[in-house]
Amino acid sequence: MRKVVLATSVGLMAMHGSASRADEALEKLAKDPKQWVMQQGDDANTRFSKLNQINASNVKKLQVAWTFSTGVLRGHEGGPLVVGDVMYVHTPFPNTVYALDLNNEGKILWKYEPRQDPNVIPIMCCDTVNRGVAYADGKVFLHQADTTLVALDAKTGARIWSVMDGEAGKGQSGTDAPFVYKDKVLVGVSGGEFGVRGWVSAYNIKDGKLAWRGYSEGPDSDTLIDPVKTTSLGKPVGPDSSTSTWQGDQWKIGGGATWGWYSYDPELNLVYYGSGNPSTWNPVQRPGDNRWSMSIWARDLDTGKVKWIYQMTPHDEWDYDGVNEMILTDQSIGGQPRKLLTHFDRNGFGYTLDRATGELLVAEKFDPVVNWATKVDMDKSSKTYGRPLVVDAYSTQHGGEDHNSKGICPAALGTKDEQPAAYSPETQLFYVPANHVCMDYEPYKVAYTAGQAYVGAAVAMYPPKGDSNMGNFIAWDGKAGKIVWSDKEQFSAWGGALATAGNVVFYGTLEGYLKAVDAKTGKELYKFKTPSGIIGNVMTYEHGGKQYVAVLSGVGGWAGIGLAAGLLQPENAAAWHGAVDQGKLPSKEKTVDTAGLGAVGGYAGLASYTSLGGTLTVFALPTE
Amino acid sequence: MFDVSISDWKFALVVVAGVLAGGTACADGSGDPAVASSDNGKYADKDGNPTYRISPDGTVDWYTFSGFRRYHSDCHVCHGPNGEGSSYAPALANSLKTMSYADFVNVVTNGRKNVDAANDKVMPSFASNVNVMCYLDDIYVYLRARANDAIPGGRPPSHEDKPEAAKQAEESCTGIK
Repeated sequence: MRKVVLATSVGLMAMHGSASRADEALEKLAKDPKQWVMQQGDDANTRFSKLNQINASNVKKLQVAWTFSTGVLRGHEGGPLVVGDVMYVHTPFPNTVYALDLNNEGKILWKYEPRQDPNVIPIMCCDTVNRGVAYADGKVFLHQADTTLVALDAKTGARIWSVMDGEAGKGQSGTDAPFVYKDKVLVGVSGGEFGVRGWVSAYNIKDGKLAWRGYSEGPDSDTLIDPVKTTSLGKPVGPDSSTSTWQGDQWKIGGGATWGWYSYDPELNLVYYGSGNPSTWNPVQRPGDNRWSMSIWARDLDTGKVKWIYQMTPHDEWDYDGVNEMILTDQSIGGQPRKLLTHFDRNGFGYTLDRATGELLVAEKFDPVVNWATKVDMDKSSKTYGRPLVVDAYSTQHGGEDHNSKGICPAALGTKDEQPAAYSPETQLFYVPANHVCMDYEPYKVAYTAGQAYVGAAVAMYPPKGDSNMGNFIAWDGKAGKIVWSDKEQFSAWGGALATAGNVVFYGTLEGYLKAVDAKTGKELYKFKTPSGIIGNVMTYEHGGKQYVAVLSGVGGWAGIGLAAGLLQPENAAAWHGAVDQGKLPSKEKTVDTAGLGAVGGYAGLASYTSLGGTLTVFALPTE
Repeated sequence: MFDVSISDWKFALVVVAGVLAGGTACADGSGDPAVASSDNGKYADKDGNPTYRISPDGTVDWYTFSGFRRYHSDCHVCHGPNGEGSSYAPALANSLKTMSYADFVNVVTNGRKNVDAANDKVMPSFASNVNVMCYLDDIYVYLRARANDAIPGGRPPSHEDKPEAAKQAEESCTGIK
């Protein structure tokens, strides 16, 4: 008992420090591989751990060490933190937070359950997910569904301060994790399907006072873009760079949500994140490039001012949200050491940029089936430099309203969605959980009502023709823009990856498997089926001299809507064939080719593999 | 083997239902869905409730097709594709087997809550959403057809032309031209 108290107080001592030194303390904690003090492991979003007790030769012996039920049966994204001897576990709505004592078999030290208006539930487009808590300065930060940002005392769970960042009544919701850099905590907003104009808010961690807020669209005073100093592809963006690319006041309901995984470079003092789709999904209704939706942002942490910005998908026609994480690495290109930013976009391109200047270095498809654009124009002298070269047949703008454009790859959920990739500095490879899904997309007119869905497209998704796998787990060379190896997954790989110094990479699958693969070859080394499908991110920590690997199970999220409900069941297509032609027409006349799904025998819905859940599973090697 | 025979049976039923266009054996929360009257491409059952019409060649009436689209824009993100439900909202293709047209309209308009220790289900009110309210009957007949297995999941491959009456009603209801 004495030992427990002692160890706990050591843990807590590490948490306390004056607010002005919070960043130093957090940085120090983040460098200790035994702890996992931020959702992504570090400020650079690498999701890499130096721990190597579990390695490629012994991972096959992995066992479940302990489990914990969160008490909630919805999609569980994000993952737990470990700070000192305490693990912090969050849940989807109602956004409960648990502090578990690692010295006492996971005993619950405290539990925090906010009271929120349940009316926020239906404005969360894609399940009531939450991507986890943040820690700094003795506080645990929670971003609730109703957009409340709350700072809890890490020791007691008592509320220190809280602030409402948005208005749920206008379709604004909170799903992303808070991110702490230096003396600030940042949060984004969800609601791209409700016509929400996205923004990022930075609050002082000490008292919850708003330091700055930068919008995705609007006048320069709202976006914090400087017409002269802010650059895009090396050139100043000029005045009104956002509003000039919208018709009238449409930017006010222009989307550009900001719910991804942020990263931060302390030397450059820049924060990186992506903005989401423009609203509505009907491109015909919103002429123009719709800036700065679908963009990579670099903002100064202290002021929010934009250093550089790059729009990946001007005038989106497919819902290819640009929110996915920006991973910061230092690698050499052509013998020159570069400060890089790598991003795997929903649109199917893997981008590598110079993160100091925003120079575009690489933009290549990370799934060969991507067909909506032939390539990104890399010719600096070209008028369309930096823009995707869109294929008319897959352009829903070109097809127009009430026209069903077929066979577009990837689908709206992208070649990769929010599930974060990992990067190993040892192999210099990115490990990317990916989707392998195509779609039909039919836009049509919709009207905007505050707080109501503003979508305007009917979408049907299915695996690419001739393929039966809807996911891949790939290793990517960000310097060359090439796939090094690729493992097929039956369903979208919707769990965040973890790379380790043990030459092992971990990720979770929608069926519920935690998988370990060889970092160099992708060879599967271990798998274990957890209680429910995994859309959470794998993390690792060391406690009592032992390395643990942990992941939240709980199927849901967008994947849970589409897959759990049997979206991709072949009998639907077959049944239409039957209903339409009663077997009389020759096959080429059959109007239904939703997918060539019929060709994909043995393809069944995710519901045959898993069910709802909410469980933390913690793995370790057996004691010899 | 058992599974195979079940799916064969289901397939056969779908084909038959498609051919009979909601034949006499069917009944849902609003009663018999058989077409009793039509008005400019909009169909009603004997009680005057909106209903679907599926031609022998699989062509659906305009409103069923329109309902498919509107459902897959504003409803499916919670209720799942094809009315099949999701991890957090009921399968409407089942609900409409017992839910009447009047109840359907009431729930969509006013919303419904089921929040307690075991549930956190909330259906919002769509009263102010013209993308839903102007297409209530469209969505209803689509789901009614799904509830009676008159059409399978997925996009109806062919549909009747959009009636002039539908165009006019759409413009005046949504205010969009």
